[in-house]
Amino acid sequence: MLKDITLGQYFPGTSLAHRLDPRTKLLLTVIYIVALFCAKSFFSYLLIALVLFTGIKVSGVAPKALVRGLKPILFIICFTAVLNLFYTPGETLASFWIFKITKEGIFTAFFMVLRITMLIMGTFLLTYTTSPIALTDGMEALLGPLKRVRVPVHELAMMMSIALRFIPTLIEETDKIMSAQKARGADFESGNLIERAKALVPILVPLFISAFRRADELAVAMECRCYHGGEGRTKLHVLRYKPRDYLVLAAYAAVLAGVLVLARFGL
Amino acid sequence: MSEIIKTEHLTFSYPPDEGKEPVLALGGVSLSIEQGSFVTILGHNGSGKSTLAKHMNAVLLPEGGTVWVDGMDTRDESLLLEIRRRVGMVFQNPDNQIVANVVEEDVAFGPENLGVATEDIRVRVDSALQAVRMGEFQMHAPHHLSGGQKQRIAIAGVIAMEPKCIVLDESTAMLDPLGRREVLDTVSRLNREKGITIVLITHHMDEAALADRVVVMSGGRPVMDGTPREVLVRVEELRAIGLDAPHTVELLHGLRQDGFDVPLDALGIGECAEAIVQALA
Repeated sequence: MLKDITLGQYFPGTSLAHRLDPRTKLLLTVIYIVALFCAKSFFSYLLIALVLFTGIKVSGVAPKALVRGLKPILFIICFTAVLNLFYTPGETLASFWIFKITKEGIFTAFFMVLRITMLIMGTFLLTYTTSPIALTDGMEALLGPLKRVRVPVHELAMMMSIALRFIPTLIEETDKIMSAQKARGADFESGNLIERAKALVPILVPLFISAFRRADELAVAMECRCYHGGEGRTKLHVLRYKPRDYLVLAAYAAVLAGVLVLARFGL
Repeated sequence: MSEIIKTEHLTFSYPPDEGKEPVLALGGVSLSIEQGSFVTILGHNGSGKSTLAKHMNAVLLPEGGTVWVDGMDTRDESLLLEIRRRVGMVFQNPDNQIVANVVEEDVAFGPENLGVATEDIRVRVDSALQAVRMGEFQMHAPHHLSGGQKQRIAIAGVIAMEPKCIVLDESTAMLDPLGRREVLDTVSRLNREKGITIVLITHHMDEAALADRVVVMSGGRPVMDGTPREVLVRVEELRAIGLDAPHTVELLHGLRQDGFDVPLDALGIGECAEAIVQALA
C-alpha cells in the first residue's frame, strides 16, 4: 500500500521540455519565479500565464496532473484569498458586522491566488519533466562555483541522490515491519490521534535501527569502490548546453525584461 | 604464478564490549592466494572468514602481521585507492551496496571515483554489464531487480574498476537458490574467461566444490587447505568444526560405513551416481 508514494513525481517523456538541460530548466524556474513576483498588473500576469501555458503544451504533461498537484495547498490558497479580501484597506464596496470588502481587496486577493497557483504549476512543470537524478546533477553543476567558498556542493548532491535511491528501499522495509508488527497484534487503524501516533513507535524504532545499519554498510561499500569525495571525480553523463538551451533561456529572459518594463510603467 | 594476496601471521581482534576480554578474530593467518585462482574460504559463523576477507582490500587493517595486495602493504595509506581498485569487494546485502538509482549509473560509480575519462567510463560500463549478462537492464531502477540480479550489478560495478581480484563476502547468503546459481555462474565465468582471481567467502559446502582451492577457517585460523576433492571428503574433521560435508560426500561416507566400496571424492551429483552404480555392479 505504501509502494505508490512517489516524491517529486516525474513523467518520463521525450518532449523539448524533457530534453532541455536540467541546469537550463532550473534557471528557467528561477527566472519564472522572479518574473511572477515582479508582476504587478493584469498584463504582466497575462504574459507569464502565456509562458506557463506554452510550457505545459510543449511538455505534453496532462493539465489534469498539474491541477492535481494544487490540491494539497488548496487550503493555503483559500486562506490567503480570504485574508487579502477582508484586510486590504481601501474603497469599501460592501460591509457587514466587522468585515468589509474593498475594491483593492478583491484585486489583491485575485492576484494572490493567481500568483500562488502559477508558482506551484510552474515548479511542478520542472519536477514533472526532469528526473530526480538529472535534477541533482543540475543543482550540483549550478552550485559548483560555491565550492570555492567551501560549500560542500558535491557532498550535498551525493546525499540527495542517495536519499532518492533509498526511498523505495525504506518504503518496502516499512511495509515489511508493519506486516510483522500486525502479525504480532499491533493495531494501527483504531484509536484517537495520540493512540495512533503511539502505535507508530514500534515501526519507527526498527526502521531507524535498520537505516543506520544500512548507512554503515553503504559507507563501507562506497569506500571499497574508491569513493573519496568529489575531488578528481569524473562523470558518466556530462551536462552540455545545446543551442535550444540558449534559445529558451533568451526567451525567458525577454519575458522577465518585459514584466520589469511593464512594472516600471505601473502596469 | 604471482600472488595477488598474501598474509603473514595476520592477527586481528575487534574492540571488546565493556568489561569483556577482546575477542581474537584472527589468530595468525598466513595465506597466499595465486593470481587467477578461484579460492573458497569456508567456515562457521565466527570462524574469522569475513574478518579475513575485510583485510583483503584494507577495509580492516592488521593488528599484527602484514597483508600484501599485489605486493602493496595494506597499511600504507597512500596506496589505499590502488589496493581497492585491484581487489574489489561484493558484500552480503545487495541493497546496501548499490549507490545510484539507475543501473548504469551505479556501475559507473567506481570508474567515476577513479577519475576515468567520460568516454572510457561508457566503454567500461557497457562491457561490465555485458560480462555479468545484464546489458538489457542498463536503464532499470535497481529496486525493481531480483536479489541475484542486484548482486550481478554489484559485481559489474566492481568489474568496471578493472580489478585483478574480486572478493565475495557471503554475497550469496541472502539469495534464493536461483539467485545463488546466477551469481556463482557469473563469477566462475569471470574467473575462466578474464582470469580474475575470485575469493568466495561462504558457508555453503556445495559452493566450495566450484573452486580450485578450498580453505577452511575455524577459530580464526585456517585449519584445512587444498583442492575441493582433498578437503571436502574429510567428513569427520568438518563435522568437528560445525560444518557439513556436501550431500554427495555425506551419502558416500554413509555407504562406506555400511561396507560399500565407493570413492569419497565424487563431488558432483552425476559423478556420485556413477560411483554408486559402479559399486553396485
